[in-house]
Amino acid sequence: MQTHTVTDSLKLQFDSLACQRDGRVLFAELNLALEAGTCLELLGANGAGKSTLLRTLAGLHSQYQGSFVSPLAVYQGHRLGLDELLTPIENLAWFAGLESCPFDHPRALMLAARLGILALAHTPCGKLSAGQQRRVAMIRWVLSPRKVWLLDEPLTALDTNAQGWLNEIIAEHCLAGGLVVCATHTDLSVPHKTILNLRPPLEQVAW
Amino acid sequence: MVGALLLREWKILLRARASVVNPLAFLLLSTLLFAIAAPQLVAEASQQASGILWVLVLFTQLLSLDAMFRRDYDSGTLEQSLIMADVPFVAVLIRIFVQWLGTGLVIVIATPVIGPLLGLSWSAVPGTMLALLLGTPALSLLGSIGAGITVGFSRGGIILALLVLPLFLPVLIFGTDIVNAAGAGLNYTAQAYWLALISLAALIVSPFAALAGLRISVEMQ
Amino acid sequence: MKLNQKLKEYWHKLGSPRWFYEITTNWVTFFGIGALLLLVTGLVWGLAFAPADYQQGNSFRIMYVHVPAAMVAQSLYIGMGVAGFIGLVWRMKLTDVAIGACLPLGMVLTALALFTGGVWGKPTWGSWWEWDGRTVSTLVLLFLYIGIYALREAIPDLDLRARASALVCLVGTVNIPIIKYSVEWWNTLHQSASFSLTEKPAMPVEMWLPLLIMGLGFYCFAGHQVLSRMRLEVLTREANSRWVAEVMLSKGAPAAVMQPSTTDTTDHGKD
Repeated sequence: MQTHTVTDSLKLQFDSLACQRDGRVLFAELNLALEAGTCLELLGANGAGKSTLLRTLAGLHSQYQGSFVSPLAVYQGHRLGLDELLTPIENLAWFAGLESCPFDHPRALMLAARLGILALAHTPCGKLSAGQQRRVAMIRWVLSPRKVWLLDEPLTALDTNAQGWLNEIIAEHCLAGGLVVCATHTDLSVPHKTILNLRPPLEQVAW
Repeated sequence: MVGALLLREWKILLRARASVVNPLAFLLLSTLLFAIAAPQLVAEASQQASGILWVLVLFTQLLSLDAMFRRDYDSGTLEQSLIMADVPFVAVLIRIFVQWLGTGLVIVIATPVIGPLLGLSWSAVPGTMLALLLGTPALSLLGSIGAGITVGFSRGGIILALLVLPLFLPVLIFGTDIVNAAGAGLNYTAQAYWLALISLAALIVSPFAALAGLRISVEMQ
Repeated sequence: MKLNQKLKEYWHKLGSPRWFYEITTNWVTFFGIGALLLLVTGLVWGLAFAPADYQQGNSFRIMYVHVPAAMVAQSLYIGMGVAGFIGLVWRMKLTDVAIGACLPLGMVLTALALFTGGVWGKPTWGSWWEWDGRTVSTLVLLFLYIGIYALREAIPDLDLRARASALVCLVGTVNIPIIKYSVEWWNTLHQSASFSLTEKPAMPVEMWLPLLIMGLGFYCFAGHQVLSRMRLEVLTREANSRWVAEVMLSKGAPAAVMQPSTTDTTDHGKD
């Protein structure tokens, strides 16, 4: 059985969730309940299913069993979702448009300043470095009205400064009552974090 | 939502002019090839012009369809618009519309130039433009199904052609028939209605099927 | 409410590979024997005993292969469309197995119909190939088959392949009437009536009865083929489950081949 319930309340809950990819069971019997204000650090070896779990939660992966409850979430995969011909500001305005909410231009500029990319706000994203593009993506999480963030290795390509900012932003979001699920190989320095270590099931569960 | 999405597509269209210029250049170039390889076919007001024109239009569409969702897929904006959009359906529909603007509408506008080059008589040009105006939306819409489902393949071109060209057949039949009728000075209202009907039916069905195909493609990566 | 529950249970059962495998064991035999009897009877009757056509002589006899092949080829495609619809709506895994089983057979039968059409056309129309409306529709059908085949080959993941081909089958099936209609329109416009196959003088009973038998025979053959392929595919996909092990052991397969498996399969194909 598959059930995915979309809630309005801020909580995330798995009941005996199992995910499959390319005919292989990645993990099974995942039970977890998260309340608002927490950050879940998702650990596990390469191929343990971190990305697949995040994609399942985002509704991009349908080969799962069990049930989970989640509100609508921001998802950040390996592809950032920034068009290289558009400037950071234009990309951010598009994201706001997707969700049918007004684009908070001043706030976007303030965040850009904080993340050190204000000077690049009107340069096409294709000309930005990988780390700079990731910072643009960070701005869009903050601007989104959605309170659950699903982040897939957000520390990739970030320099030491930017890693610090990322930790700050996640901590602030949790403090403000948000919820973060973050797949990572590097420890996050965030208070109130829960750790989930994904391991393959002892035996392949038949479907 | 619609405004912001259209604005983005418009900006990209202005900055990536290749998406408009390339199909048009391809169409002109293949017209040239026909004129060189088979001059007797395109010499004077001929019966063949309608067929050649429509087949070239189909091939142009096919080329442009492969790129329909490609850049959005590669940059990740496609998966974001599936997750974040209020109504993902609208996002897909807008993409199809803009693709049509860049190929279908451009072809319609270019018809007075390309048609006579292919040996189309001047009296047939208005009818041809009407046929293309009514038929090319169906090509973009039906094509979006194949484009959506093959965007995940690194080499999806041939599969796209196999999936999509059979669906184009009705448009080709009624389209060429309008051009022929217009050339002969006959009434082509019935065929025009049929073409419009096909486009409308495609408008109802295709975006849903394209969306389903895109969801599969996004899950493929 | 109770009836609803029962129906739902039955529907779930329909999607269960094991249930499917068990119930079709007898069907395969039935269709196999049926196909053999009908095809042999039909062929002997049609080729040897049916009277020669007063216009076409003996060349019409290829009809006994041509017509059933074309019919079954179309039916298989529509069957794939229906399976695709069920698969998309109820996420039933068995429907993809069905599509995978119908596809090669349908492709071959379409090709056979085109080939026998050519063979028939040579003495009748004077050429191997005429751009006749039905010929074109059948050719388009062949391309639809090839398109789905190519798509299936390109997607390695079973689940995604199932969804993609279900979608394409459904879209194709919805389009078939439109394509057929427009090709007929095109045909009436472009072609002065060649030889009309539809309005033949009423066939005598001795001529159409073998055709009916051949038609039924082809359907039985298709049923046999599709079910056998499906059963094989079900066994392959469920190779790790206990019930497959039991089935294989009961058939006297060498025990060493069997992987003893501790897990049991969930019996519901819909998950």
